[in-house]
Formats: sequence, C-alpha cells, structure tokens
Amino acid sequence: MSVARPLPHESARLHVTGAARYTDDIPAPAGCLHLAFGLSDIASGRLEALDLSAVRAAPGVVAVLTADDFPTMPDCSPSNHDEPLLCTGDIHYAGQALYIVVAESHLQARRAARLHVATVTETPPLLTVEDAMAAEAWFDGGPRVWSDGDVDAALDGAPNRLEGLFEIGGQEHFYLEGQAALALPGEGGEMHVLTSTQHPTEIQHKVADALGLPMHAVRSEVRRMGGGFGGKESQGNALAIASACAAARTGRACRMRYDRDDDFLVTGKRHDFRIGYDVGFDDDGRLLGVRFRHWVRCGWSQDLSLPVADRAMLHADNAYDIPAMEVTSWRLRTNTQSATAFRGFGGPQGMIGIERVLDHVAHAVGRDPLEVRQLNFYDDAGGDGPVARGAAETRNGRTHYGQEVSDFCLNAMVDDLAQRCDYVARRARVAEWNAANPVFKRGIALTPVKFGISFTLTHLNQAGALVHVYADGSIHLNHGGTEMGQGLHSKVAQVAASRFGCDPARVRITATDTGKVPNTSATAASSGADLNGMAVQAACDTIRDRIAAFLAAEHQADVSQVVFADDRVQVAGADYPFEEAAQRAYMARVSLSSTGFYATPDISWDREAGRGRPFYYFAYGASCSEVVIDTLTGENRILRTDILHDAGASLNPALDIGQVEGGFVQGAGWLTTEELVWDAVGRLRTHAPATYKIPCASDAPEVFNVHLYDNANREETVYRSKAVGEPPFMHGISVFLALSDALSSLGDGYPMLDAPATAERVLMAARARR
Amino acid sequence: MEIPFRLNGQDATAHCDDPTTTFLDWLRETRRLTGTKEGCNEGDCGACSVIVTGPDGVPRALNACILFLPQLTGKAVRTVEGLAAPDGTLHPVQQAMVEEHGSQCGFCTPGFVTTMAAAHARGDTDHADQIAGNLCRCTGYAPILRAARAAQAVPVPAHMVEALPLAENTSAGAAGPRAEPPFAPTTGDALAALYIENPNATLVAGATDVGLWVTKQFRDLGQVIFLNRCDDLRGIAVSGDSIRIGAMTDMETVRHAIAPYHPSFAELLRRYGSVQVRNAATIGGNIANGSPIGDSPPALIALGATLHLRQGDARRDLPLEDFFIAYGQQDRRPGEFVEAVSILRQSDSLYCHKISKRFDQDISAVCAAYNLPVTDGRISAPRIAFGGMAGTPKRASHAEAVLNGQAVSETVFANAAEALKEDFEPLSDMRASAGYRLEAARGTLMGVYHQLTAGHLGDGTAPPASVLEVRA
Repeated sequence: MSVARPLPHESARLHVTGAARYTDDIPAPAGCLHLAFGLSDIASGRLEALDLSAVRAAPGVVAVLTADDFPTMPDCSPSNHDEPLLCTGDIHYAGQALYIVVAESHLQARRAARLHVATVTETPPLLTVEDAMAAEAWFDGGPRVWSDGDVDAALDGAPNRLEGLFEIGGQEHFYLEGQAALALPGEGGEMHVLTSTQHPTEIQHKVADALGLPMHAVRSEVRRMGGGFGGKESQGNALAIASACAAARTGRACRMRYDRDDDFLVTGKRHDFRIGYDVGFDDDGRLLGVRFRHWVRCGWSQDLSLPVADRAMLHADNAYDIPAMEVTSWRLRTNTQSATAFRGFGGPQGMIGIERVLDHVAHAVGRDPLEVRQLNFYDDAGGDGPVARGAAETRNGRTHYGQEVSDFCLNAMVDDLAQRCDYVARRARVAEWNAANPVFKRGIALTPVKFGISFTLTHLNQAGALVHVYADGSIHLNHGGTEMGQGLHSKVAQVAASRFGCDPARVRITATDTGKVPNTSATAASSGADLNGMAVQAACDTIRDRIAAFLAAEHQADVSQVVFADDRVQVAGADYPFEEAAQRAYMARVSLSSTGFYATPDISWDREAGRGRPFYYFAYGASCSEVVIDTLTGENRILRTDILHDAGASLNPALDIGQVEGGFVQGAGWLTTEELVWDAVGRLRTHAPATYKIPCASDAPEVFNVHLYDNANREETVYRSKAVGEPPFMHGISVFLALSDALSSLGDGYPMLDAPATAERVLMAARARR
Repeated sequence: MEIPFRLNGQDATAHCDDPTTTFLDWLRETRRLTGTKEGCNEGDCGACSVIVTGPDGVPRALNACILFLPQLTGKAVRTVEGLAAPDGTLHPVQQAMVEEHGSQCGFCTPGFVTTMAAAHARGDTDHADQIAGNLCRCTGYAPILRAARAAQAVPVPAHMVEALPLAENTSAGAAGPRAEPPFAPTTGDALAALYIENPNATLVAGATDVGLWVTKQFRDLGQVIFLNRCDDLRGIAVSGDSIRIGAMTDMETVRHAIAPYHPSFAELLRRYGSVQVRNAATIGGNIANGSPIGDSPPALIALGATLHLRQGDARRDLPLEDFFIAYGQQDRRPGEFVEAVSILRQSDSLYCHKISKRFDQDISAVCAAYNLPVTDGRISAPRIAFGGMAGTPKRASHAEAVLNGQAVSETVFANAAEALKEDFEPLSDMRASAGYRLEAARGTLMGVYHQLTAGHLGDGTAPPASVLEVRA
C-alpha cells in the first residue's frame, strides 16, 4: 500500500530543476498589466487629500485607481467586512493601501507608487496594549472569559501562590514566495484568478463580491504556494481583488506581487500577546488553580483574530489536568498590520503561557521542571501504558472547556523521550558545566505539546474531492486542499493509490480549482490531509466499488472477492493490470468519475459558553532542547534537540518528519531571533530579511534527533493518521525554557525572560540576576 | 549595450538599455527562465542564486537580484535550469535533494541547489556556511544539510565545467574597454583617468550595497562606472613586512587569505554577509561606502591598516581610521578612489567579536576588534575599534588608554570596559538598543579577558571564545 511509505514530495523533481511554477512564474497573455499599491506611511489619521499627478505622469502608468473609482468599495476581510480595499478616508495603519497603480511593468508600478503626496490630519495611533486598553479599543465586544471550577477558591486555598506577566512577540510568516495574484478576464464578465492562496474559495467569494458577480462567474485556482504558514489564508484577498478589478476595467490580464518590503508592511503577522498569570499550587508543585489574562494585539481589523484568540484560550491547559482555571482574553484593536493566522493559530501563545507557569512553579518548589510537568499531566488513555503520577483528587480528565481528554499519551511518550535523550544525566552534566564555566552557561528543558485538531468554527470541518479514472488507467484528482509545501498532494495521492491498490505514479493531482471542487475551507488548522484525504478516499471508493461490482458480475464472483493490490485487480482467478481493469470498465460503460465528501463527526462547540468538544482529537509530542548562553553578551545557541512526535499512523513518515523538523525550527525562531520592531509612531522598522531574522542553517541544532511516535489515532481518521502541520511548531517552546533554565543558574529568583529571547533580552535578564 | 557571456553552456548576449538592469529581472522577464526566484530583491534570501564562473574558472554563487548585467561580461553563468545534464540526469545535488526530502514548498530550492552545486564543484564541505545565504522557511534545514553531505562525494558532472574564455568572435568588440557610458574600464589607470573626468559618477564594484539603491530605493545612479573588469585592482600581495589587499578583492578571497595571519579576522569574515554576498562584495567597497556597520573596518583599524587612495595620477596614504570623518562623510576627494588597503605583518593578537541578532548573514549590532599585543606581561599599544557604536567605525581611545602598559587583570579590563562609555554614545535602532550596545561591547572586552586568562579545559582543549565554539 502506498500510504505509510516515505515517498518524495510529488513536486520534488520540479522543485530541484526550477520547473515548478508559482503564481508569478505563470506566463501571462500579451499586454498583461502590473499593479502596485501606494501605501500610507502614517499609522492613524484622516486622509484629507491625495495628489497623484506625479504617479499618473510616471513612465508606463496606464491607470490609477482611488477610492473615488469605486462607488462601492470592495472589502477584503475574511470575517467582518471591515477591510476596505483602499482607504476611504480613515487611515488605520502605516502600510494601508491608498490607491492602485496599474502600469506596463512591475518595476514601473512600484516606482510610480512612491510618488504620491498625501495630506493627512494625523491622530495619535493606538499601538500598545496600554493604548488599546485605555481606549477600550477591542473586538468581540469586550473580553471573553471561559472558566472551569471555582478559581477564586482554588487560588485562595492554595498553600503557595505566585503571579507573573510576560510578553510574547509576534512573527512574520516570511513565506519565501511573496503574495501574488494574476487575474485573467474572460467572456461575459467571467474572471479567472490565479493566486498564491490557502483559500481559493475565499478568493472566489471576495472577487465575486467585488465585481458584483455570482460565484459561478469567478474561478479561483492555485497549483502551489511557496510557503503559506497561515499567511495566505486571508492576506491574498487584497491582491486578488485589486487585480480582478483592474482586469475588469481594462479588459487586460492584470498581475500583482508584493515586493518583500511591501509584503512585510501590508500583511498581517502572528499576534503578539501579553500573558498574565496567577497560580495556586501545593508544595510538590501540583497546580490547584490558574487564572490567565491574555492581552492580544489584533491590529486594525478583525480578520481571524477572534478564532486565533479563542484557540489561545483553548490551549491554556496544554497537557495539564488543572482543577480550576479561568482565562480572560482581550482582543485589542491597534493601528498596526492586522494580525492573522500563523501556524498554531494562537495555540502556541496559549501553550507557552502554561509552560511558563509550570517552569515558574517548579522553580518555586525547587524541583526539576520535568518532574513538575509529569506530576500535572492528564492521565494516559486506557490501555497498557503507564498512568500519571498525579493525585487522583485533583484530576478530572477534562479540559477547562469541558472536553474529555480521551487519547492522552504524554506520560508514556515523555518517559520515552527522556530516556532517548538521556535527560537526567544531561541535566546533571549541565549543572557541572555551569559550575565550572564563569562565562558560558548551559540550560536544558523538556516540554510537551497537546494540540487540538479541528476548526473551532465547526462548519469548516468539511471537504470535497473529484476523482477521475481514465480509460488508460491513469488517475486525475482534485480536492479542496492547497499545496504549500506540506506535502498534502503527496499524501492524498498516496491515499488514492492505496484505495485503488495501484502505483502512486498513476495519480496526478492538478491545481486546486473552485471549478472542480466547490465551497472549500481554507487549508488550515492542520486539517488538510484529515479532511481532504477522507473526501478523496470516499470518491475513490465509489469508483473502485463500481469497478469491483462490474468485474464481480462479469466473473460471477462476489464483490468482496475483487482485490485491488500491487497495481492489479484480481477476481475469481482473473488478474488484470490496473489499466486493463479500467479499460474494461470503460468499455462496459461504468462511470469512472466521482465526487467525494467528508464532514468530521462527533464535534460540537458552544463558543458563548466556552463548553463542548471543539476538537475531534489531540496530536501530541515532546521535545528536549539544550542551549548555551554567553552571560557577557547574551548571545545564545541551540546545541541539541530531541523530538518525539505523534503523527498517528503516519501517511508518509518522511513528509511528517519534515513537518516536525521545519515546525520546530520555525517555532524556535519565533522565540529567539525573530523580532518585529515598530517605532514610536507605528511604522514597522523590520520589513525585510536584512532586519528581520528567521533562522538560517546554522541556527538549527547541531544534534537534531527527530522520531515519530507509533500511536495510531483512536479516532477514525484517514488510515488512523494524525494532523501534523501545526503541532510541531510548539516544540520550539523547549528552546525558550532551556534559555530560561540557563539563566536560572545565575542566581536566585525566577528569570523573567520575555520572547523573543534575543541576545539583548537574554543579557538584560542575566544582568537583572547579578 | 550588449553583454556577451555564457548562459547554461551556450553563448548569450544580453541587450540592456539600462546598465542597472538586474540579472534576475533579465532572466525572468526577458528570457522567461523563471526557475530563479525573487524572494527579497536585496540579496538576503538566496532564492535568486546563480553560479557565475569568471576567467579563473572558479564557480561562485551570486545573488542575481543585485547583480547588474554589465558585471557578467565575459563570464559563464549557470542557473537552476542548467544544472541537470543535457539528457535530463539530475545533478548530484538535485538528486540528493529529492532523495533526502530537501524541498517542501520548493520556492527556495532553486537557490539552494545552485549554491550547493557551486560548493560541490569547488569541493567545499562546510555546508552550513555554504548555505548561510539561503533562507528556507519550511524544512528547518536538516534535510538540506543531509543532502549536501550525501552529494559531496559524488563526482562533478562533466557538463558543469565551463568553457572559458568566451570565443573571440563573441567577446571582441563589446567586451573591450568602453569609451562610451556606462564605462567599464579594464585597468586602474583607465579608471583613474575616467573618474577624474567624471567625478560624479557612481562606482559599482560588487553592487551588494549599490544594488539596493536601485532595487529598493529606485535611486538614479546617473553616470555609472563598473569596476569589475579592473583586474589589476584585485588580489592580495604578501611581502616580508606587509599584506596589501587590492580594493576589488572580494571578501571571500580576503577571508581565506587573512586566515593564516589573523584567524579571528577570518572568523569575523565568515559571518560577513553570506557566500553569495562575500563573492560579490569587495573590501574597497566595504571601506569606501563609509558605513558605520561595515565589518572589515574595525578589524583593519585595530590592525593599524593604511588606506591607499588614488586621484588621477596622484596617490596618497592615510591611516584607515582617518578616512571616516563622520556619518556619511569620508576623506575622499572628487574623482578619488580606494586603490588598496594594507596592514603591517605582525604577530597575531587580534580578537574580533561580532554581535548580531542572528549569527550568520546579519548586520552587526556591535562589531568589536581588539588588537592587544602583550609584551613582557603588559599590554603594549593596544588598538581597539568598533563598528555599530558610532556614526563611523571608531577607535575606543579611552579604553585603549586604560589598558596600555598594564598587566592583564580583571580590574584593568573592567576599568577599560567602563571607559567604553566615554568612547561611545551608541544609538538605538531595530537591531539593538543603545543600552544593549554598550553593555554588549563591554561584554566582548571582558570576554577577551577570559580568553586571555582561562586555563585549558580538563580535556586539554582551549576554552570557547564564544557560544559558537560550545559543542553539544
């Protein structure tokens, strides 16, 4: 069977030869025009006048579109209709689009877009948590509060209590391929839009709205993205809408791509958080009650901030069975880029909150943080695995939102990882090293991940597929998911090949296309393979069953005797190559095409009450990182990382390990070198790779051991696999807490380290302790 | 103008009206070779990497986004489309990338395989350094490094050997020295004559800085003089008493040449830009543009370097630190250019320490260079210079004064570190706060103290000079 095999990415050969086409590589028809936005460099104010004479006069400029050109301003928001394509008077952030330049070349459009003169009456921008709280500038009508148990009583009655506050920076996606779109006007007002997007249906919907067309007049297509990470869930809307509007007006193909600096300045990033905690615990470090406060900077528009902030709240327990918990979340409106989806979707921020608490509590009771973590774990699910070490009276096996944790496995998994990475002995060696070295200090931390799988907006948990078997035995399929590097198409092709028992080379997946599969959800929430794999499986099974029924009838056998395996079909002594079976079915007028559909079962979620089962299941993992810091400069480095990760029964172990390795490094980058800096007037100062530093090769751990944990999904997912896109990102938390551990060696008191732990923050934390 | 070169093994001619047309734009828009990607358009991500082989026959990775077409005159270029053999057999690096799962989204992959193929052809196996200029957001680099190791022992395919120089009939004419703008002189003498006649011209050496003026700032460079063909300005001459480095010597060459004499300088240059940037950037450019955050001036100043300037037929020398007058202002006269920089041969007592948010391919927040000769147990005539701490690369004269003539002790170094605040009032920016810059600068000085005094570790190895030397 082709599932479970470590096959290369379906496009690997195209990638390495440069033949893989991305949106901006697609040849456009002659006469194609190029767009650029003219941007505001003011964060907040009123646009009084816009002098575009120099823009219009610039070489190559064909048209300039302003708010006046749109009787109804198109909206770009995925949620709240609060993102006008162009400024209609109020300026909300530095980077907001004021107008569109349409020119003969990309370079001419970019050059012209610098030439405007904007007259703006500036108003003081809301930039910080304090600014927004003071102005009561928030989304969702105020703070959202979810709680479980009597938190006041738990905190008041606890023998020990501590409080803390820490800052967690945002993160730029830095997909290597910037945002890009190409709009091709068709006959009768039709529009064909090719976009680098995780959400073709959203592009179709927003472009149709902008053009005043029904959705059937707009076709949205994406073959692949050069990385997405959540940054192409909603942030491609503006380019697609602008290109389509310009194409509709000029009758010419129009394309747009953001220069990297514009991409930084215009698009949203990971939400930065301030997290406050108040925790009660016993002398062993057992948590009795926790109260969290999340202050979430959402930027100027709502975008996806509500479900992001919700998911942060839903991960505030991570792996710990906490008797009483309350989480309050403020979703703050600020005059900055509108923060958006980013791998983990708030989960990482919620999770690092409780991991920080565990670390702080362990420090307070003078125990190894790993022991305190293990003490507080949920119980492992039934079976023969070891159970938790916690006291029965403090456990209820349910999360703070009421979902039963019925598939927990971290007790066994963490024991396994601790042995594999020799945690106990290495912790002792770290202590020895630190005693002997005055300048360089090591730290080590082992942290768990429990990540909920499903869209919390329940209706999104559906997918469709369209599968064709051709008479020559080749198979062409489409599904609703998009390929951004994660290997979704590879996995789905493996599923299809497994259903037909055929060679995966027979299967071709072409561009995701709203004309093939309608009403799709974004490829997000790690759900791509879970949802689309099942939809494809259903479609394949329909066709396979038709072939089987035909062959069974022909050979007077029972359908159950028809076997699809080894690229052949066998029935009652007959043994056909797959292509011959297909040919015979075709000649017998059997339909070889089918749709497939899947909706995740058993989930329900009451967002108002904060109760229910939002997640079909949880994905688990654990990582151990060792770091070194220079106490004189704050410079720091990862020395070694060991990861054990639960991908269920993996559909493709090579691709899954790739997700784990890549997710970890991206997560470590978030918490170490990746620092977004806005100046005092709200302009982003880190807007290119010269100033914003994602990890490079030497930042990956020198010793980097990644293994998958053999743990078939208890739920009936596709081949009992588990989602793997987002969960590994949070293994980066072990790096942050290892840095904190290294700082702990410098003196008493808990090191109050903020993220990202740049050399500067590490040095300042070290200085504060001496 | 017509630029003759070789592209993927074939003779090619690029016609450009604008001499600042980038090679990347020409490839993608004129030739429709879209395998080479634009990731940042400023030489920081490596997605546009191509292999350029000059007359020396050495293949080098360069960033096509900040490479102007005239810089390619007479060279052989290989893009990702030209790596596989004519029969379609993948290059060993491509094959290893497939087998090791080295691509995910694939957008950075063409840049990686070209950079890795250049390293493969040269036999370089310091893989993490070789790909430091290529950013990948998907893989975490582990499978890419595995692929590099897997490919390193496989022979270089025959088709990768470039036929150079170009045939006479293609390189004649256009490849000769240009009398018309944009100028491309082939000797220092010709440059001197041209520049004094056109003192407002923009000199383009490696274009790692000037390239961004064009791609990001849309600056009109006006008259341009390309220096890439002035071979006599390139090269390193080591004599009995000095090391003289021609202005057009690329930083990668400087790095390797200086390693036997001042290993700490070489280690600093290992972290200067990336392979692609060092292959293009010149030491003359790094000095002449006067940046307060150029990484070579602090080390050169600490080594007591002399700058050699030329204006027409007139030449003058000055101590390098005197060249930097103030931010954006250098002691350079109209039509005068940097011809070379030289240092005296000396026993090595140089300690460099570069502090940046990311170790590789980042601009320094602080770049410290300490030359601390110890004679008879006492520090003798120390020279300390910093980048990132002032509007220019600048000496720390107060700290030098504290150390001079003193025996090495913690108190003396602590006092010298304290004196740094008399020497510098750094700024805050997106790279670091003023407070951190000063604290970290002091930290680097105390770090030198620890290096000077620390005993060897139990296993006989030297103590680490930085976190980069600490092993798992």
